[in-house]
Amino acid sequence: METIGGDKGLARGITLGLACTVLVFLMAPMLVVFPVSVTDQRFLAFPQETISFAHYGKVFTGGGWLSAIWQSLIIAVAATLIDVVVGTLCAIGCWRLASRRSELVRTLMLAPIVIPSIVYTLGIYKLYVDIGLIDSYLGVILAHTVTGLAYPVITVSAALAGFDLRLEQAARTLGASLPQTTWRIIVPNVTPGILSGAIFAFIHSWDETVMVLFIAGRTVYTLPRRIWNDINENLDPAIAAVAVMLIGVTLLFLLTELALKARRAKA
Amino acid sequence: MAASSPAKAPRMRGDQLRRFYWLLVMPAVLMMVGLYFFPLAKVLWISVTEPVPGIGNYAKLITSESVHKVLIVTLRICVITTAVTLVLGYVLSYAMVQAKGAWLRGLTFFVLLPLWISVLVRAFSWVTLLRSNGVINQALLSAGVISEPLTLLRNEFGVIVGMVHYMVPFAVLPLYSNMRGIDLRLIAAARLLGASPWRAFRRIFLPLSLPGVVASGVLVFIFSMGFYVTPALLGGGRVFMIAEYIGVQITQTINWGLGTMLATLLLVCILTLMALLGRIVDMRKLFGAA
Repeated sequence: METIGGDKGLARGITLGLACTVLVFLMAPMLVVFPVSVTDQRFLAFPQETISFAHYGKVFTGGGWLSAIWQSLIIAVAATLIDVVVGTLCAIGCWRLASRRSELVRTLMLAPIVIPSIVYTLGIYKLYVDIGLIDSYLGVILAHTVTGLAYPVITVSAALAGFDLRLEQAARTLGASLPQTTWRIIVPNVTPGILSGAIFAFIHSWDETVMVLFIAGRTVYTLPRRIWNDINENLDPAIAAVAVMLIGVTLLFLLTELALKARRAKA
Repeated sequence: MAASSPAKAPRMRGDQLRRFYWLLVMPAVLMMVGLYFFPLAKVLWISVTEPVPGIGNYAKLITSESVHKVLIVTLRICVITTAVTLVLGYVLSYAMVQAKGAWLRGLTFFVLLPLWISVLVRAFSWVTLLRSNGVINQALLSAGVISEPLTLLRNEFGVIVGMVHYMVPFAVLPLYSNMRGIDLRLIAAARLLGASPWRAFRRIFLPLSLPGVVASGVLVFIFSMGFYVTPALLGGGRVFMIAEYIGVQITQTINWGLGTMLATLLLVCILTLMALLGRIVDMRKLFGAA
């Protein structure tokens, strides 16, 4: 870049060098769990003599890890499905209404992203005690659903911003009903936005820790609660094995999302 | 194409159309009102009704020593976290503005990657690194730099490290989106007129990037204030920030009045800061969205 002129090399080198140092700080902790997960020790340490996959075995055979993973999966899938349907409809409605009131609705949808979980957790905990939803799947799914609803609303709204309204008008002129137009014309055109929203909503529920620490008990024992308790009670290398698998799954999702983005950019 | 404004649309057959689209919006609105805003309102309500109606809980803001302590610790950690995060985020954003092609893609990918990794996994990684017999202490001991393990965990240092690590990507988004709007030819002009690279940066680029710094700082500060998981895990029961302290009121001391009062305080602080932030920057542009 010409902007740095004569000292281009030096200034640029310093900038990139500093940036890479910060990147090491960002990445290092995540990389550390890889060697720790294959340690031959019974505590958190690098492998001393050999590499052992015993801690991965533990995750699959005992300690209730699998059950926790299943529970998290079921809850996240259920919450995501509701979020995607309700959130997409809301985004489409707000987009076509484009009034002051619908803008207000869209802004209020963002509240759960800004308001700290602990504040909401107190309220939902109290409500669930009153209506008997404490430590129930339904309760956790609903709490995750309302707090994750913002994501599909955001991503579908973004996808709609690039949608040609005349397509919809053409369909209506040709005699399609409103529900038909919505389902056959609008929804297929914003599919990448819907999928992105689904990914965000899924990760939100899958990772959610604060609420489940309060509103779940003996029956509902999700993966984040399990990890939380293990970190606080016994620092077993099995957590590192779980962490590695979680990072792997996350990378998979991230690459999917990037692919979707590339497709959206092309469209 | 995209320019055809949605505002023109409801002209078709006004009422019927509008009713249909409100019907689409309704499920989301009902869910949010019933399961989000109603419970939230309950928190505010409890804060002025339990154990007795009145503002007794709020008086504790002035009278209670332990509340003072929590607020001071929270404020201190948030300020330090925000400052350190801004410096690191600024370096990354600046490098991203200067970079092109593969460098830019690589930087962006690695900056955004941590956003996707579970907050628990990240906190756990720091526990692994910072423990008294953790990776960092082991390395320093065997290198002979120290003779006793350093205490890096269960104190404010550990909490701040973990929080900064969590916040950096959030700081980069508004910073980068602001810096991208700065005309780099201004710096070239300053250089042509004889300014040193450092002087050109300090007198031209830095002032122009300040709106991004402010937006980013407020955002990080807001997120830091209500942070629960990382401070609780890395503070290990010795450092209490407001969010964890609120949790303790509910699970251990069963003091709903105090817990909801502090939750209300947190909510009011955050909404006030958001409103201020909304006045200085366009929130939609903050994250580079259209």
